[in-house]
Amino acid sequence: MKAFFLALLKSRAGLFGFLLVSVFVLAAILAPYLGLPVPTRSNLLARMVAPTWTGLFSPGAHPLGTDELGRDILSRIVHGSRITLAIAAAAVILGGIVGTLLGIVAGYYRGMVDRVLMRIVDIQLALPLMLLALLVVAALGPSTRNLVIVLALTSWLRYARIIRGQVLALREREFILSAHAIGAGTWRIMLKHLLPNVMTPALVIATLELARIIIMDAALSFLGLGVQPPNPSWGRMLADGRVYISTAWWIVTFPGIAILLTVLSVNLLGDWLRDHFDPKLRTMR
Amino acid sequence: MTRYLVGKLAESLLAIWGVVTIVFFVSRVLGDPAVLLLPVGAGQQDLDALRASLGLDRPILEQYLISVLAMVRGDFGISFQHQRPAMDVVLERMPVTATLAGTALLFGTLIGAVAGAIAALKRGTISEFIVMVAALLGQATPVFWLGIMLILVFSVDLGWFPTGGSGTIAHLVLPGLTLSVFVSASIARLLRSSLLDIMREDYVRTARAKGLLPRTVFFWHIARNALIPVITMIGIIAGELLGGSVVIETVFAWPGVGRIIMQAIQAQDFPVIQAGVALVAAIFIVVNLLVDLLYGVLDPRIRRR
Repeated sequence: MKAFFLALLKSRAGLFGFLLVSVFVLAAILAPYLGLPVPTRSNLLARMVAPTWTGLFSPGAHPLGTDELGRDILSRIVHGSRITLAIAAAAVILGGIVGTLLGIVAGYYRGMVDRVLMRIVDIQLALPLMLLALLVVAALGPSTRNLVIVLALTSWLRYARIIRGQVLALREREFILSAHAIGAGTWRIMLKHLLPNVMTPALVIATLELARIIIMDAALSFLGLGVQPPNPSWGRMLADGRVYISTAWWIVTFPGIAILLTVLSVNLLGDWLRDHFDPKLRTMR
Repeated sequence: MTRYLVGKLAESLLAIWGVVTIVFFVSRVLGDPAVLLLPVGAGQQDLDALRASLGLDRPILEQYLISVLAMVRGDFGISFQHQRPAMDVVLERMPVTATLAGTALLFGTLIGAVAGAIAALKRGTISEFIVMVAALLGQATPVFWLGIMLILVFSVDLGWFPTGGSGTIAHLVLPGLTLSVFVSASIARLLRSSLLDIMREDYVRTARAKGLLPRTVFFWHIARNALIPVITMIGIIAGELLGGSVVIETVFAWPGVGRIIMQAIQAQDFPVIQAGVALVAAIFIVVNLLVDLLYGVLDPRIRRR
């Protein structure tokens, strides 16, 4: 752990990403205690107020302006990050668990199981992720739970393919062969011997997937299929603000910058994790 | 080689069948198109008659078999909304989508390749730093937001280009630029790391040691090998873009394949959903087959397998 942080300190990009991610996560967790205006309370007397940075700490200040219903944009972005990050994290964890386990099973059993699984991966690769997501959300109905399921569904195969490749190599190693020899069961070998050895690549993929999923979540919300109003979500704010683009540029600008900075910092952290733990993954996506 | 191709072809057909099957069953959960097609308050008899005429009253497995057998013959059914063959409805949108995809691929690949090569060859200089920062920003920017920002600056403020629609070169500039940024950022980063990996190989050192010109070493020994992962990525991006980028088409009111499929999903127009998704999947698979063949051209070791 100490060596990990020492290495992180040496990389400017990695450290920057790590710090920025930490700030965003903290802001998301602490959002209700930051003294921000209520994100869903509209104020028709203060509609589309331009950003002002004088008197920042006086009540009623709107450093990033207000939207078409007079709601504070900064507060909506910070509260929106709670929902966005929670959905993205849940989807990454769900997709990661399913993908990693299927990858281990395919790589360990090989044969028929492996062939069937890899064909399913091929089928899903041929189906554009966005269309799959649109179709499934339209079928299941837009809700937070369904959004997590859809995002995980677009994600599992990236783990499955890479982990499978790693397990194919691992299963011929001495420690697996000797586990066999002393009579360890299949599940024991997969969970106690293979799983710990593929955790690092799984973690690296998870970080990079987190960035992709945040963008995809925003895109789905943008198309009206994400978190439902009045709850703030970054993609929804973009979609609503787009209508007022010629009169109030700030409504549509700031949520986008929030997405950009979040994805950038997660990507920086993920790139560093990958280079630190497993440079070979670089060209394997 | 022939055996390899036949195998690949069989895999591709299997994948298309899988896509069609998934889409068939997922789309049946969307709801009852008869309710959407008839005016509010239509009687039960009218609903039943319409369902029967669309074939929606039969058991679901029978509907599935009928539509798969029809698809094998190239018949994707009649669009519920447009009352025309579903595949025609989708194919009409193809040129518009292909124009945008082609523009983005052409400029995105050119810019990305030059930037990636500069970053790898000028390692540790300010040029590498600028390219990498730009590429990181480009990859982290949600494309639809970038599109909106470009509309804000170039359409609303400066009034240079239309905010949406298609038809002229002026309409193509902003959506093309938006997608190019995304394409070039991915390609620049991948090409850079791929080049840096290959430059460390023993055979590159050997080539330098035997006195080959640096240019020869770069084009014949380094670039050829470094291009393989890049071409894989171009193939994947091309497949995705040719399937129509739903969000970008929405932002720029670009009447492409992505939007027609999305509208079909909203209208529960099953034949158009199926025709659209089957077409998009087929394009993706064909593009990736071409990429597989290109590997053989670049790397003789693959050709012999």
